[in-house]
Amino acid sequence: MGITLPILILAIPVTMFLILGIGGVKMSRKLAGVLGIIANGTLAVIAYTVAFTYFFSGDPNFIVDGVRQQFQVFDVTWLAFTQTLVVNIGFLLDPISAMMLVVITTISFMVHLYSWGYMEHEGGFQRYYAFLALFTFSMLGLVVATNIFQMYIFWELVGVSSYLLIGFFYKLPSAVSASKKAFIVTRFADLGFLIGILILSYYTDTFNFVKLTNNPESVLATFSGATFMGASVMTWAMVLIFTGGMGKSAMMPLHIWLPDAMEGPTPVSALIHAATMVVAGVYLVARMFPLYCIVDASLTFVAVVGAITAFYAAVVACTQIDIKRVLAFSTISQIAFMMVSLACAYDKPVEGVHYAGLGYMAGMFHLFTHAMFKALLFLGAGALIHAVHSNNYTEMGGLRKYMPITHWTFLIGCLAIAGIWPFAGFFSKDEMLAAMFSRHWFWGAWMTMVAGLTAFYMFRLYFMIFWWEENPKYKEHTPHDAPWQMSVPLIFLAAVSCVAGFIPFGEFVTYNGEPYHIHIDGATAATSITVAVLAIVLATVMYRKKNSLPTKVKNIWPGLWTAAHHRFYWDEMYMFVTHKIIFGIICKSIAWFDRHVIDATMDMFAKVTQKTSYAIRGMQSGTIQTYVYWYFAGAVLLAAITWICLI
Amino acid sequence: MDSVGNIIMYFVAAIVIVFFSIKAVTTRKILRAATYLLFVLLGTAVLYFQLGYQFLGGVQIAVYAGGIMVLFVFAILLTHKPNENSGIIDSHRRLLGILVSAGGAVVLLLAIFFMPLLDGASLLDCLSASEPITMKEIGEAFTGSDRFQYLLPFEAISVLLLACIIGGVTVARKS
Amino acid sequence: MDLSILWYLVPSVIMLACGVYGFVTRKNLIAILISLELMLNSADLNFVVFNRFLFPGSMDGMVFTLFAIAIAAAETAIAIAIIINIYRSIGNTDITEINKMKF
Repeated sequence: MGITLPILILAIPVTMFLILGIGGVKMSRKLAGVLGIIANGTLAVIAYTVAFTYFFSGDPNFIVDGVRQQFQVFDVTWLAFTQTLVVNIGFLLDPISAMMLVVITTISFMVHLYSWGYMEHEGGFQRYYAFLALFTFSMLGLVVATNIFQMYIFWELVGVSSYLLIGFFYKLPSAVSASKKAFIVTRFADLGFLIGILILSYYTDTFNFVKLTNNPESVLATFSGATFMGASVMTWAMVLIFTGGMGKSAMMPLHIWLPDAMEGPTPVSALIHAATMVVAGVYLVARMFPLYCIVDASLTFVAVVGAITAFYAAVVACTQIDIKRVLAFSTISQIAFMMVSLACAYDKPVEGVHYAGLGYMAGMFHLFTHAMFKALLFLGAGALIHAVHSNNYTEMGGLRKYMPITHWTFLIGCLAIAGIWPFAGFFSKDEMLAAMFSRHWFWGAWMTMVAGLTAFYMFRLYFMIFWWEENPKYKEHTPHDAPWQMSVPLIFLAAVSCVAGFIPFGEFVTYNGEPYHIHIDGATAATSITVAVLAIVLATVMYRKKNSLPTKVKNIWPGLWTAAHHRFYWDEMYMFVTHKIIFGIICKSIAWFDRHVIDATMDMFAKVTQKTSYAIRGMQSGTIQTYVYWYFAGAVLLAAITWICLI
Repeated sequence: MDSVGNIIMYFVAAIVIVFFSIKAVTTRKILRAATYLLFVLLGTAVLYFQLGYQFLGGVQIAVYAGGIMVLFVFAILLTHKPNENSGIIDSHRRLLGILVSAGGAVVLLLAIFFMPLLDGASLLDCLSASEPITMKEIGEAFTGSDRFQYLLPFEAISVLLLACIIGGVTVARKS
Repeated sequence: MDLSILWYLVPSVIMLACGVYGFVTRKNLIAILISLELMLNSADLNFVVFNRFLFPGSMDGMVFTLFAIAIAAAETAIAIAIIINIYRSIGNTDITEINKMKF
């Protein structure tokens, strides 16, 4: 494969961004929309071509003896700071980046198409498409990065695009503060990422992924057992790098930005905050997986963070009213699922475990399927919001008659995320749970519980929207299905969610490139399906028709419900820490110092000058002859000094 | 040894300068002060002639003693009534003036008397050391742009004089 | 008896001292201007004297003096224009009454 297609993959979206960003003002909405969609369609075709070439061509660059290789299509020096510190820009093809190319361009294309209908009546349509193109460019650059620094650069770029798109409705104060929150929280996490990168590259003298991951033992050796505060420096580096992933993937305790990010347009939430950008953290861990494996502590850290986050987000999702927030917390929970799954994988065969890299494969598989069905759910939510003009399910109910397409596609999405056979989520979730059980029964049991919660809150949402009780307002304003631009992506994604599970994913993406034949683990599958079905039955009983059961359940532990509804007060805690402690105590004392020491010194100079001038201003009497006295006195004095010096 | 005539001429000029300088700043009649200034300027012109700068002496008489003095006289006549004396200077002011001027004079005199550089050559030696300056040389010096030639300042002065004519008219004009 | 440089510098110094005295004691603007001319004239004389006695071969001092005379003419013309203007506005030329240019 030449370098033309890979370059085009990056060049098309960035060109579209420039064209739409600079020339968009002069374009009509239709032209901008059509341009964006056509460009993205072309991009998707090219990305498919590249991915298919990678997986199926049998080119020795890509596959040797059935083992898939990492291949750098190009890798050019971009910034050479010193002999050893060189930043490259390149294009890395390996199983996960090829898989991500497909995911990103597919979802991006669907979202472009969907937005044409969804954003039709919004201002700044051209700007919106320009930002979408920028995001697509950044995300593609991120996944094909050949080195960690390139990844960092594009990592920040996706952050910027996310910021721009969350704050797209910049006239709403809530959107503005949500975009700021997202940017600041992720930026804060990226600080850790950057420090981690610097530590790692300081010891290993390279940024390159291939060099780093092909021989993790030698990387560990370069650290030569250096320790810092009781943990090895390598562990610190890996944990700090994971901090960046925690920020982007909204892991606890840096998850607070994602629910607020739902202020952005719904297609953006589908693209950025469900399918692609938020899984960047998972992608990062997968990309550096051998390094995480070599330091066990960092992998344990990932698992613990993931497990706590998954449970927390699932509990909170059960109590939210805003449908987009339910989906946001569901996203957090599912991403945490992938994190735990990755952390439960081994990088080399282990006795008693029939396939060591199962967690890795399953995590990536779930990333793929989750992107599809979560984008579907978000786009469905967008269609609902479009029809009802509210984000809250309290304004909905009984919609199944009015919006059949949305209803059926949404149901498919819910079944997929709940893990019901034969929908996509079943297969990936089953593999993940199997991997977790193989690591330790605790992980498996814990995450099975989370999977049950997932099924429960998704069906709660489903019934509250489509069953429950009809909103009387429908009489005045009858909701109806969305236009074709919005329905087509829904149907397409629903179809993908139905069949994606049958993709032999193990043949394509595994931790070491060797194909693995997926087989369903009977016991795990039976357990998870049983749990899911029980949860769905429970949800059906509680929410199918309007009744008082939910209120009764709520009143068993009203405190717990309120806490969960308020997301366990994480935002309040952040507000307390930032406002009361940082602003109130630290900043205030710094401000005091600034005002009373630094400013005061400057004021003193000014005051002394002023007072002195005031005191001596009488010398400027306006009488010329007085000046002459002084002038002469000065001249004589100078002469005298000269005289003395000469003597 | 300079000629006696030269020395006598010097003394006459020097005495005129000193005497009329003092008179010019002490007289209470302003028109007289102007007249005394005229004598000082003429005395200075005599010294220029004696030093061998005939052209400069001519300019001194024509521009200074002629042109500028006429301006003074006009100004005095325009701003003073006849026989109007300026007031007697109070003693405090006079003492201060004497102190300042005498102090300055003492410093300068000390400087010139003790400056070794200033000893030596007599006027006669210096005059015979070089050719007298001819008008041709002066003319060339003012119209050339080489080293020791002054076309640029000459032009600048002409512009300055023009500006001064316009400025003088503007300032003195009745609004 | 030789006429050395000192013979010429002494009248110049006296002229300057007189100018200073006049400048600081007189109250009449025109008298002050006359004192100023005295000082300027003494400086001119010094240029010429130094030129003659120290650098007999060149004529820079003389040229300087020529320019100084021209500038003095310009300066006097402007000064007198200002004085006339002041006289017109306040009715006399007493410097003690012209002290508005202060703090």
